[in-house]
Amino acid sequence: MTSPHSSHDAPRQSFLRKYVFSLDHKVIGLQYLDLSLVAVTTGMILSWLMRMHLGWPTKAIPGLGAVAPEATGGIITPEYYLSLMTMHGTIMVFFVLTTAPFAGLGNFILQLQIGAEDMAFPRFNMMSFWVTFVAFLVLLAAFFVPEGPPLSGWTAYAPLSAVGKDAGPGQGWGQTLWVISIAIFCIAQLLGSLNFIATTLDLRTKGMSLARMPFSTWAWFITSVIGLIAFSVLLPACILLLLDRVAGTSFFVPSGLVISDRLQPHAGGSPLLWQHLFWFFGHPEVYIAILPGFGIISHILPAVTRKPLLGPRVVIACMIAIAFLSYTVWGHHMFMSGMNPLSATVFSVPTLIITIPAAIMTLLWIGTLYGARMRFTTAALFCLGFISVFVSGGISGFFLAQPAIDSYLHGTYFVVGHFHFVMGVASMFGIFAGTYFWFPKMFGRMMNETLGKWHFILTFVGVYCIFMPMHYLGLAGNVRRYSAFTVDYMKGSVPLHRFITVAALFTGAVQLIFFYNLFRSRFRGQIAPTNPWEASSLEWTTSSPPPHDNFGGQHPVVYHGPNEYGVAGKDGDYIMQNSPESEPASESAA
Amino acid sequence: MNSLSLESRPEPARTGVWVGIAAISMSFAAYTSALIVRQGANPDWVHFRLPPILFLNTLVVLASSVTLYVAPVGRPRESQLAELPAVRARREINWLYVTLGLGLLFLLGQVIAWRDLSSQGFTLASSPSSSFFYLLTAAHGLHLLGGLGGLLYVAHRVARSSESQALRAYRAASLYWHFMAALWVYIFVLLAVRI
Amino acid sequence: MGRHEGAIVGKIFAILVTIITIISTAIFISRVWWLPPDISQLGAGIDHQMNETMVSSGVLFVLAQLVLAFFVWRFADNNDQRKIKIFPGGATPMVVVAIILVGAEILALTLVGSRVWASIYVTKSDPNSFTIDVQAEQFAYYFRYPGPDGKFGALHPDLIDESSGNYFGLDPANDTTARDDIVSASLVIPVNRPILLQLHAKDVSHAFYIPELRIQQDFVPGLVIPVHFTATRTAKSEIVCTQLCGLGHYNMRAYLEVMTDVDFKKWLNDQSAQ
Ligand code: HEM
Ligand SMILES: [Cu+2]
Ligand SMILES: [Cu+2]
Repeated sequence: MTSPHSSHDAPRQSFLRKYVFSLDHKVIGLQYLDLSLVAVTTGMILSWLMRMHLGWPTKAIPGLGAVAPEATGGIITPEYYLSLMTMHGTIMVFFVLTTAPFAGLGNFILQLQIGAEDMAFPRFNMMSFWVTFVAFLVLLAAFFVPEGPPLSGWTAYAPLSAVGKDAGPGQGWGQTLWVISIAIFCIAQLLGSLNFIATTLDLRTKGMSLARMPFSTWAWFITSVIGLIAFSVLLPACILLLLDRVAGTSFFVPSGLVISDRLQPHAGGSPLLWQHLFWFFGHPEVYIAILPGFGIISHILPAVTRKPLLGPRVVIACMIAIAFLSYTVWGHHMFMSGMNPLSATVFSVPTLIITIPAAIMTLLWIGTLYGARMRFTTAALFCLGFISVFVSGGISGFFLAQPAIDSYLHGTYFVVGHFHFVMGVASMFGIFAGTYFWFPKMFGRMMNETLGKWHFILTFVGVYCIFMPMHYLGLAGNVRRYSAFTVDYMKGSVPLHRFITVAALFTGAVQLIFFYNLFRSRFRGQIAPTNPWEASSLEWTTSSPPPHDNFGGQHPVVYHGPNEYGVAGKDGDYIMQNSPESEPASESAA
Repeated sequence: MNSLSLESRPEPARTGVWVGIAAISMSFAAYTSALIVRQGANPDWVHFRLPPILFLNTLVVLASSVTLYVAPVGRPRESQLAELPAVRARREINWLYVTLGLGLLFLLGQVIAWRDLSSQGFTLASSPSSSFFYLLTAAHGLHLLGGLGGLLYVAHRVARSSESQALRAYRAASLYWHFMAALWVYIFVLLAVRI
Repeated sequence: MGRHEGAIVGKIFAILVTIITIISTAIFISRVWWLPPDISQLGAGIDHQMNETMVSSGVLFVLAQLVLAFFVWRFADNNDQRKIKIFPGGATPMVVVAIILVGAEILALTLVGSRVWASIYVTKSDPNSFTIDVQAEQFAYYFRYPGPDGKFGALHPDLIDESSGNYFGLDPANDTTARDDIVSASLVIPVNRPILLQLHAKDVSHAFYIPELRIQQDFVPGLVIPVHFTATRTAKSEIVCTQLCGLGHYNMRAYLEVMTDVDFKKWLNDQSAQ
């Protein structure tokens, strides 16, 4: 199979082919990561504006009036607050947490880990990125339309999202662009998921059985299966919503609605149908965001603890169980929605059950630390931070999973604190861990570890200061998606909101350390060796950065699983997956 | 353990089509459940007679599947892949063009069905049942159009060379086409039962 | 490769996790931020469930964080060539512990919890309930009482006219039952009497949240959703919207007034006199 066409030098290509419409999965992976970097910056700036407004609603935000006509004189109006919130949530969920850990890191690393030259369908891969890019532009365009950006939240509940301009500012072109953007995004992710699945199934190198796949590859593979199903449902849902908006159909809009003094020309639709379709996608989506994190943590932990992951098969089984269960729990977002109260109990049970595999995985990670010889690289720290935050967010999930308690906490800041811990911060920590870990492979240079550690410590404290108090607010009945707290019983919450705002601005500022480190290291970092972390998987057998065809015309042959640490191998206390040596008895058995 | 060695390399194109089939099935399952929920939600569902031409269209799309199946180029054994003489492949391609023609005919028939229906006053927005009618037929039609493009592309490739890659792509594309025919039968039955 | 620097950061992390755990837990325990006093008959069940969950999952939270901190503190690489150790028993104890601990918790919470839930939402309302019709709209609630005839007039959305105060779309000209209907901007109810609310929305989805009553329920356009409860104390509190409904969402509210039976009758009479 070492045919002559697989020479290591990239064939001479035009600039466009090489950097813009590249078919190389590594370039595409970086494009995805760069896109999500732009997206996360945008999303973060939006969250600052929201936080400043929540802390000091009547103070003008310097400069804002000049860029956003909706915020006259720099003071955020209630509708503009909701728009900022909607765009923040949408950008973060779709264009950061779906693209960065899955499409970005996955695209760069997965093929290297299974010893493939590229994706199964490089052209689809390129299309997938550019379609995502278009979706992002369409979403951003919503900022600049006359009726203002959409304000119905990232969940876009009908009928607010379905009836058009009558429903108030943001519900005109802004909302239409939102629906179109998400529909386009679905197409991109479907192409991407299809590609990941086919690649993992068909392009594994010799000896790379399923059982020998690294945990991160497993996680990306499972994520792509979830994504395939989830986005196949969101796309039809968006099409139906779009038709309700522009073609006058009535899928989601019932009869007899009077909005802005106008009897709406719709009849018979079901608002709950949108909620069911949306959450059938929406809950699995949070696992699309977090599963790559599970994989990345499980992949990095052995390398930084210098011992095998505890229960490797169990971890994979847990990820599969979670993926499966994630399709049975969507109703837990709808306990208060007016659906049949009996179904609340039905949805509550799998929701609580899903905590079992999650708890098992957490215990296995913590158990892996036992007796380790831990190297506290920045990547390691973010893994540890991930575990801590995942525990915190997971535990607050216990409350929300019970309909009786959710009837108090639903719609409050408790929910905001919960999903930011599990889905926001934990996933972000997974992305950070992956970035610090694989950066040397991507750019052939090391990131600065001292800056990395500062970045970690300050971020870790910061996120707890932001999101833990939100749980207290929720307990006190503080409602989310409010642009100001003028209700009498919520007025007392303002000081705590100010504290959160200060913490958010601080944590945001800390990310500048990361940006600086990222850009400086890209060009000035220390030159990276092939395998800086003494890790065992295939991506560390090729040069940093890898050549165009990944393994320089070679096809690596795999003899071992990815979990051979703490053994006496020829390179040290681990055995490379492609090392032909036989497995020695594990050190610990002695 | 190692059943997936390079020698007996699986066909990514085929895997891709199977995965695509799974995704498309899932979205039509979503449309179906939306239809059932919407029909049950309110008593405003209007039953109407499906345009008779749909029966003809069903026959056409099934026939296109058959002509694709009988085209021997679509079914060479793994062992024959490499040896299939280019000339023969080119000859068999004619069957493929029959399939493409039937596919276009089907789409034309669907357009006629739409015009028939709209001339009776059933438009996209006029009732929930007609909304779903247009929606399902249009979604299927778009997917089928994609299949036409795919077939055309691989036909072009096979006509130029009979290298095994091209033939594999061709087999994958025809798998997709058969699925399109099956999907139409499903939609047709669904519409017949519900509308 | 800066192992030393790393070891210090490991210790810092362990200390931080411990501090964060202690402070967070202390604030939960202090109840500085907590549920307002409960004024409903079913609230006690919910509060009980909440406390139960708070204690059991609080223990899990503290244990998990502290063990994490301890392991990180203890098992750093000090270049001492120490041999690694595998957790005693391998993965099995972890799996067993997770299944037993979490499983038991789930079982307990589901059993107790679904009973509480069922008592609120699944059981039929008391046939003697006092029924009030509630309409939510951008950005207000209106409450309708049947008036002396005990019957609600039918709703006609096409007759809704805010400017003339016909919020519900009543047709008093042709519909005798509608003539005496009382419409109020606040929810006034008698104490200790089962109340049945019928929620419906005029325009988009809204919600109905009264923390003191431990009640939250969405309004879904096109549906009429029943909510029943009994207030056990006279009180005045706020009703707020918890479902994003547009720009005025944050400001959508009404007052709840729980009165003695006598006061309530008087209020009702005053209203129908108007
Ligand atoms: C810099 C850190 C962040 C801060 C300070 C922040 C702040 C906020 C605030 C203030 C809200 C509005 C809450 C409300 O009014 O109900 C919000 C909503 C939201 N955020 Fe974040 N956020 C951050 C990072 C993230 C990340 C990383 C994600 C990715 C999951 C995320 C996802 C969301 C979502 C999904 C919503 C809900 C939007 C909606 O209600 O439609 N956020 N965030
Ligand atoms: Cu969920
Ligand atoms: Cu509201």
